[in-house]
This record gives sequence, C-alpha cells and structure tokens, in this order.
Amino acid sequence: MASKKFLYVNRKAPHGSIYALESLEVVLIGAAFEQEVTLAFIDDGVYQLLKNQDSSAIGSKNFSPTYRALGDYDVNQIYVERESLELRGLTKEDLMPLTWEDEDDDWAEKDSIHVVSSAELAEVIEQQDVLLNF
Amino acid sequence: MAIELDGKSYETDEEGYLIDLSQWNDQLANEMAKADGAALDENHWEVINFLREYYEEYQIAPAVRVLTKAVGKKLGKDKGTSKYLYELFPYGPAKQACKYAGLPKPTGCV
Repeated sequence: MASKKFLYVNRKAPHGSIYALESLEVVLIGAAFEQEVTLAFIDDGVYQLLKNQDSSAIGSKNFSPTYRALGDYDVNQIYVERESLELRGLTKEDLMPLTWEDEDDDWAEKDSIHVVSSAELAEVIEQQDVLLNF
Repeated sequence: MAIELDGKSYETDEEGYLIDLSQWNDQLANEMAKADGAALDENHWEVINFLREYYEEYQIAPAVRVLTKAVGKKLGKDKGTSKYLYELFPYGPAKQACKYAGLPKPTGCV
C-alpha cells in the first residue's frame, strides 16, 4: 500500500461533542498503518491541546494525556493556527509540550508543535492527499 | 463474560478484556494466562508492567509497533524486536499482553 499524506483538521473543543476524541482515535489508527499523518488545530480545536486539563467535573474522560503519545506513533507534524490562539487569548505556552524523539539524531527530543499563520497553514493543506475534518 | 477467582467475579468483554481496569491484580493476570494455556514468567511481567505504566501515563494501550520500539528503549535493544515479543505472547504482543495487563484492546489493533 502506497503511503498517502493525511491531514486531520480539528476545529472543535475537546468536550461537549465526540469529534475531538474520535479524531484522535482515527489518527492513532492511521498512524499505526504507517501513513504520513499531519494534524491541524484551528478555531476551538486549539483548546484540545491546552495543558492541565481536568474534565472530572463534567464526568468525561480526560484523554488529553494521549496527545503526548503521538510522538511514539511518529506523528510529529502538528500545526496550530496562530490567529485562533490569539482570538482566544492563548499562546503556545498554554499548550501541552508535544515532542518526538528523532531516531536518526541519537533520540534527540524535538518539538512537534508548529504555530503557523493562517496563510502558512493553507500551504500545508495544499500539500496533502487526503483531508479529514473533525 | 466473567472470570471467577477466589470468590470474586471479574466482568470481561466478549474477547476476554477486563471491563473495570481498577479490578486488576496479579492473580487475575495469571488466571487469564492459564486459560490460554500459558504461564507468566518474569519476562512476561516485564512487558505487562511496562504496558500498565504506559497506560497510566498516556491513557491508551500502545499499538504493537509503538510497543516494540518503546520496549527496546526501556528494556534493552535485544527485547525490542517483534520476534522476542511474539515468542512471549504468540497471540500478538499488544493484544495478548494488554489483556493480561487488564487494559482495553489497543487502538488500531486488527
């Protein structure tokens, strides 16, 4: 099977709908089949990556620790739209650090998150074979 | 389905995965292995304990490719091969070891 470039676009808050969790599960499945996976977080989707999440008061599983496993699955292209962060009064420091280890560089730990402008994100989208919206 | 052990009942799904993660204990893992005709030694436990720690940290059971890589890093290169893991868990390392560890079936596991 030839590998294709998949982009998962995440636009919704982590809780209140099933989109964020479903997207994460599909991403992990896609990555297990060694597809080339890129993630984008736009609009309320940026809330999915907030650090120190606590969902106990709403009786919903806090699945945010699972994003930190993405590096193990070789998912290390994570784009966050700068405008979406700014509109919500957030910066990269409000997000969980997501990293991956580069096997070809003596397991050096590298940053997976790229904060990019809307225009830069458009270029990333342009390079994909498959686009999935959540 | 359920496993009866020492007067306690442990609910499992149709494939034998424990429903309530918090019910898990060593004896239950041994009992599950016995039902598959296997006996757990220290090498099995190394992997089972690793899986439980991974789940604790990331809230998921890793896919087999991820497990292999992580075991190699944590327990030594000679153990981070699918041959080694399949010898320990012939039904599939992620699938079978996760079951004994009381974890859900790994995401993306076929």
